[in-house]
Amino acid sequence: MDNRQKEIDNLKDYKYGFTTDIENTRAPKGLNEDVIRFISNIKKEPQWMLDFRLKAFERFKQLKEPDWQKPKYPKIDYQDLYYYSAPKSMKDKPKNLDDLDPKLLETYKKLGIPLQEQKRLNGIAVDAVFDSVSVATTFREELTKQGIIFCPISEAIQNHPELVKKYLGSVIPVTDHFFATLNSAVFTDGSFAYIPEGVRCPMELSTYFRINASNTGQFERTLIVADKGSYVSYLEGCTAPMRDENQLHAANVELVALDDAEIKYSTVQNWYPGDKDGKGGIYNFVTKRGLCKGKNSKISWTQVETGSAITWKYPSCILKGDNSVGEFYSIAITNNHQKADTGTKMIHLGKNTKSKIISKGISAGFSDMTYRGLVDISSKAANSNNYTQCDSLLMGSKCGAHTVPYIRNKNSESNIAHEATTSKISEEQLHYCQQRGLSPEEAVGLIVNGFCKEVLQQLPMEFAVEAQKLVGISLEGSVG
Amino acid sequence: MKEQLQKDFDNTIRNLTLSQKDIEIKKFYLDNFINKGFPNRREEDWKFSDLNQIIKKNIGELSFYSDYTSTNKVDTSAFVDGLEHNKIVFINGRIEKIDFDYEKKDQIEIIDQSETINKFNNNSSLSDLNSAFTNKSFKIVVKKDYQLTKPLIIYHTTNSKIWSKNINLRLNFELYENSSLRLIDLFKDTSEKNFLNIFYNFDLKENSVLKNYKVDKFENKNIKYSFNNIEQDKNSISETFILSSGSNFCKNEINCNLNGEYSSAFVNGIFSINNNKHHEIRTIINHLTENTKSYQLIKSVLEDSSRAAYQGKIFVNPKAQKTDGYQLSKALLLSKVSEFNAKPELEIYADDVKCSHGSASGSLSDDSIFYLMSRGLNYQQSTELLINGFLLDVVEKITDPEVKNLIKNMIGIKE
Repeated sequence: MDNRQKEIDNLKDYKYGFTTDIENTRAPKGLNEDVIRFISNIKKEPQWMLDFRLKAFERFKQLKEPDWQKPKYPKIDYQDLYYYSAPKSMKDKPKNLDDLDPKLLETYKKLGIPLQEQKRLNGIAVDAVFDSVSVATTFREELTKQGIIFCPISEAIQNHPELVKKYLGSVIPVTDHFFATLNSAVFTDGSFAYIPEGVRCPMELSTYFRINASNTGQFERTLIVADKGSYVSYLEGCTAPMRDENQLHAANVELVALDDAEIKYSTVQNWYPGDKDGKGGIYNFVTKRGLCKGKNSKISWTQVETGSAITWKYPSCILKGDNSVGEFYSIAITNNHQKADTGTKMIHLGKNTKSKIISKGISAGFSDMTYRGLVDISSKAANSNNYTQCDSLLMGSKCGAHTVPYIRNKNSESNIAHEATTSKISEEQLHYCQQRGLSPEEAVGLIVNGFCKEVLQQLPMEFAVEAQKLVGISLEGSVG
Repeated sequence: MKEQLQKDFDNTIRNLTLSQKDIEIKKFYLDNFINKGFPNRREEDWKFSDLNQIIKKNIGELSFYSDYTSTNKVDTSAFVDGLEHNKIVFINGRIEKIDFDYEKKDQIEIIDQSETINKFNNNSSLSDLNSAFTNKSFKIVVKKDYQLTKPLIIYHTTNSKIWSKNINLRLNFELYENSSLRLIDLFKDTSEKNFLNIFYNFDLKENSVLKNYKVDKFENKNIKYSFNNIEQDKNSISETFILSSGSNFCKNEINCNLNGEYSSAFVNGIFSINNNKHHEIRTIINHLTENTKSYQLIKSVLEDSSRAAYQGKIFVNPKAQKTDGYQLSKALLLSKVSEFNAKPELEIYADDVKCSHGSASGSLSDDSIFYLMSRGLNYQQSTELLINGFLLDVVEKITDPEVKNLIKNMIGIKE
């Protein structure tokens, strides 16, 4: 018991809240064409990439910031942000890990993501993104043997322009919504993965995002392409230091699955959520969209959202190929003054397409949580199916839980079923557990884990353990 | 449209004896409407039904002035047979008859509110339009402890004398303690291409019971919008049943505020539409205090290229612990081109609640049809039987046996 208590005490506070004291190269403050040229220049990008950015920026200038979302936030001054920040030591890209700034290695070690060969996590290739640049990618040689490309996107633009050109912006076009377009204009780094035809990726690919510098927005871009008959499982983790100010994180993630390919994308999002009074924390406004382009393709999103002051994202699937499958599993937990407006969109275009949505929301403290989702079966998507289940659990009387599903069925041969419930942990359940010797906190932990089980099961092993712990920690102190 | 509105407004005002102040207020509403115009799909509440477009497409230019100086003949053959009832008859928006023959005269009060402006607790452009142009409005008060012996049927009749016209109606109801009212709205139209804009306000005091049945059954080419605002005090019960079928376009909105403890609201609805019809029901149930209850069931049968939408919202205030809210919508799409949209919404700020919703849409199950056909029914009979059963479920929710039978006969549902 003592050990457990100690562990909890250790974890109670945001343990990733430290900052790394490291010298930075920054773009001049503000958002304008020069800054975009600066970013493009420092990354030695070809002309087409710069054109892509400028086109997005042109579009961005015409767009208005959306305000329909539930969690409102004070106006962001887009001119008061740094759009590029990188550790100085990264200016000349280190050839290998030995050249890497020891401070960076230390940071990732502290985060539990060792980058050195001998300590590497078993069977997981990691791309580590620090502020605006990717600092290291592990296991590259082994992946290359199979023809898999896994590298920072800035490198992919240099080395695989034909692939990037073909797929970048094909799912999230430069003319998309406000934040996505902003990202298209100023994105700095992120991961790129290409799985060639017929290859089953032998290990989990993973990106670890870290915001360190203050006053910086992080805009990373991830592009994953699974060619015919391939399979890949991709993990994403994120943390940030504790700061009083709110920081903006507006990433774009694009997935493309061709015929018979499958992409499994898992996120454990643990950005700094702000302190107990809701001061500080990350604004997590992310656009994630997957395109099931080919026949029999499958994209599955799994997310555990515990961090961020405001989470505002809808990982979506466009089911274009016939027989394609989209899945969305989500646990969102808000505590203290956190707010979340999250869900998914399943857009059925092809025949015999199927989608499944399982969303579990838990709100505690003074937090507010919204599930917002769209299921759209177009008139051509004959014989399609959707099943949606979203359950909310309320802990305490000061929090809110909302469900806003949009359901559109234009095809008589297709079925949509939607269910949602909102409740609290019943006295009977608690009583039952306590009667058998569990403390109230343990009882709640057990019940919450059961509530989330369907989603936790979808996570890869290593992540599942972590996520389960995270679920417990995020709700710490909300029982009583 | 602006000049038309202005001109028709001046005409309307001329026929009323209003104080300068009241005219100003009406003007204010008119200006509001001119500013906002008809709602369009950019507004969240009209996402699924763009009224601006629908009016443009189906009617074109509307006129807003109604000449109510001459009376219309009341056609008694149109009255419901076999059910004794009180009546209010609207013909082309003009009240022709108010008749509470079956009731004690001193227990019901009918107050003419035409010359007073009463604010409506809804700041949509359609309520502005209604406030600016209604020139006859009544308040019907049911006194304490009085239960009407017979139902009240409001006949909404229109005939071919009007076309491309906007008709605005407003009625207020007040039900005092322990009173009860059964109210049937019956739409009968032989006119074409008019836009009816109807606002009802119900004030339910302690222990009162309101049952409102809205029946839009007969084929017509009109566009209808109806808004019910229901305020409920302690222990009161409201039951709303909507049959949405006849009009070209119809949107029913129910806004229900459960202000008193142990009050409950029931909304049941049927969409049974074909051709190009486009119907919508939008409900907002606000649970504002402890121990309130709401139940909603909406079923749709959609043929041809018809479209139905259901937007239902359950709101639970932080104070409203022990709320019980339930909402279910089911749709049968019988044609390849029919469409069903739903937005069942929960907004909950209290933790000790039981709220859930469900929504399903699809076609008739092949297994069920097979089962029936294997027992000797043909395909047509099988589907009819299944649809009958599907809708019967909602009709059975009607708590008043007399009205239940009336509606069953009207839509030809068998037991």
